[in-house]
Amino acid sequence: MNCEITRDPIKIEEIYVKVVRREAGAVTTFIGTVRELTHGRKTLYLEYEAYEAMALKKLEQIVVEMKERWPGVEAAISHRIGRLEISDIAVAIAVSSPHRPEAYEANRYAIERIKEIVPIWKKEHWEDGEKWIGNQQGTKEYVDGIPEEADLIE
Amino acid sequence: MNKILLFAQLKEQAGSNTLALDVSGKTVKELRDYLESETDLGSLTGIMIAINEEFATDETIINAEDVIALIPPVSGG
Repeated sequence: MNCEITRDPIKIEEIYVKVVRREAGAVTTFIGTVRELTHGRKTLYLEYEAYEAMALKKLEQIVVEMKERWPGVEAAISHRIGRLEISDIAVAIAVSSPHRPEAYEANRYAIERIKEIVPIWKKEHWEDGEKWIGNQQGTKEYVDGIPEEADLIE
Repeated sequence: MNKILLFAQLKEQAGSNTLALDVSGKTVKELRDYLESETDLGSLTGIMIAINEEFATDETIINAEDVIALIPPVSGG
């Protein structure tokens, strides 16, 4: 199983070894960490919640999409949920490929896709309040409540 | 009976992580209208609906025992 939703601290080495292969000449890793300051506001800690069964399926769907777009890549994704402190690893993505361009491109694709279709939510806890965050990038509106067709493709 | 799963702000708003309602035979669009008028969840604009762990479109018809989830805009990563 190359994808997981976990409550335990993420160990990048464990994710990296899932994609190391004799055919690979490149492995890229992306590590998403908890940032202390967002637009000048100080985060104390974050809380992540997931629709776990669906989130796992969507992570696996992303890996399938990556392999379709970049044949020859192998990928592993772990996302942590629960309470995370500043600098804790929230998500880690490892991608291997025979040559480096595919490993870089596919890795970038994976994190952007996670932010579109994987049912995971974070709650910011500040000194003066808390809030569930939706769509940080402002790239998705879902004005009709319908994900775009591209988001539904399996 | 259908189980309707709630997450994040919707869960806190409802004070519960599930609703149990019989909505079989309705389309997703009809479900959306029904929830907005018959529950305290408020406007569901921007909320996606998943059926049995897959995103559904407004035209999808809900079957008995389908597990429905209300998916607010995601913020993982």
